[in-house]
Amino acid sequence: MKVRLTALVLVVVVIAVVALTTGDDPVPLATLFGGGDAADRLVVGMLRLPRLLAGLFVGAALGAGGAVFQSVSRNPLGSPDIVGFDIGAATSALLVLLVWHGSAVALGAVAGGVGTALLVYLLAMRRGVRGHRLILVGIGIAAMLSSVNAFVLTRADVTDAQSAAVWLTGSLNGREWTDIRPILLALPVLLPLALWLGRDLRMLELGDDTARALGVGAERTRLAAIVVGVGMTAVATACAGPVTFVALAAPQVARRLTRVTGPNVLPAALTGAALLTGADLAARRLLLPVGVLTGVFGGIYLAFLLRRAA
Amino acid sequence: MTRLHGVDLTIGYERRTVVHGVDIAVPDGEFTVIVGANGSGKSTLLRGLARLLRPTGGAVYLDGQQIRSLPSREVARRLGLLPQGPVAPDGITVVDLVGRGRYPHQRRLRPPSHADRIAVSDAMAATGVTDLADRHVDELSGGQRQRVWLAMALAQQTPIMLLDEPTTFLDIAHQVDILELCADLREHHGRTLVVVLHDLNHACRYATHLVALCNGLIVAEGPPHKIVTSELVADVFGLRCRVIADPESGAPLVIPSRRPLRQ
Repeated sequence: MKVRLTALVLVVVVIAVVALTTGDDPVPLATLFGGGDAADRLVVGMLRLPRLLAGLFVGAALGAGGAVFQSVSRNPLGSPDIVGFDIGAATSALLVLLVWHGSAVALGAVAGGVGTALLVYLLAMRRGVRGHRLILVGIGIAAMLSSVNAFVLTRADVTDAQSAAVWLTGSLNGREWTDIRPILLALPVLLPLALWLGRDLRMLELGDDTARALGVGAERTRLAAIVVGVGMTAVATACAGPVTFVALAAPQVARRLTRVTGPNVLPAALTGAALLTGADLAARRLLLPVGVLTGVFGGIYLAFLLRRAA
Repeated sequence: MTRLHGVDLTIGYERRTVVHGVDIAVPDGEFTVIVGANGSGKSTLLRGLARLLRPTGGAVYLDGQQIRSLPSREVARRLGLLPQGPVAPDGITVVDLVGRGRYPHQRRLRPPSHADRIAVSDAMAATGVTDLADRHVDELSGGQRQRVWLAMALAQQTPIMLLDEPTTFLDIAHQVDILELCADLREHHGRTLVVVLHDLNHACRYATHLVALCNGLIVAEGPPHKIVTSELVADVFGLRCRVIADPESGAPLVIPSRRPLRQ
């Protein structure tokens, strides 16, 4: 497993180097180590580095958040983008953008994600929260919020709606240092918390009775995991918009890489970072929002998963 | 002597009370079997004793202290429970699952100790699943799977073990396997066992202490040969029967009559 994790880190590093040095304006490798001329350093430092960091942190947050949710719901479909948390984040971000014409989109997204999660959790709760109910309630709420999003978009001014639509697809375009500051600060807190919870989540996968008999605080662990998972999803959405399928696919890919049961939080975070930054490399070439590509890859992957399960 | 006992226990779900003010003392070093008709409160009582259900009245005591006042991990080092129908995560291997039983003995961020490894291999040897160590749990037969779960509970190394219908869904040979294993745990490893069983004849044969529940109340308890009579079976199960001595072990053997009492 250590070998595979190291390989995953290497993949991320290679993608990072490629992302920083290539593009419309290729820079020599030496720029990354303080060499090169001032213009090259500016391109890397002001344009490419914030975009790369956005990709790495958003990908890691979505991967780890997805891993936590899939573990809590004991279901690969229990990821935040299926059960509506990032759609809820998008709803309030859209309201901020289009209805109130405010600038606190990120704050709106976080509030919306947390609010949606709270709603789903309360509606799904009956003597504790069970996986399938969380997913079903989440899918219902997600469908409703999608309608709200579509409604808000159709009522908006065309140019506003255009920029909002890009945001809704999920994009790392033009991310600057100010855009990524919240996630740069939040993830170093949330990711260790998720890793900390991983040990108890692994036990919860045995069922509540077995876990509790072994001394795990089942409902407490689940609530803490949901809070941490929602936090990661919300800050990721605030930074890049609701990027689809990374949260769904990354934990599944990670599991197949490590072949270990349990939430696999760290491998999922690394896989998410690799997936999103890798897709963004392609997105930059094709001049598309990265969410389009993760959606396509994710769709193919989901079909593959379902085919195998059938 | 008893390390685990419940006083005036009333336990239920939402609005339905299942166990009505029961006093139960689990005798140390004995093989206690709880029997009763469907819905008589056997599993509910067991889950109450294992602190999985909070009693609405009365309290459970472990080593003289209220079980709810003890840290859950501390309880898990003394009292183990194998619930009905436990869930194996997808793709988990036998050795991984058995190792999960070590949770209450392990610390965060510390690799499994020598004691952990010994406990896991001992538990797998005792249940005869050592050869299955690297197999996936989902590809095992029902009997093998049940032994793996039992191995997990054994690896927990608790002096008291509660098992909720460990023989359900097994054929008769595998049922006897599991019960022989339980008897061995008591006789040679000094464990205290509390087991919920459906089969009255198995209960009579393997229990050293039998508890008969009817409508959430204990109607009889003691060694099977002292308490199992045709009257008791009629009271508890509503079944007319003859009770004879089992020719193999001398334990009471319940032979149902042709015409059941139940209308």
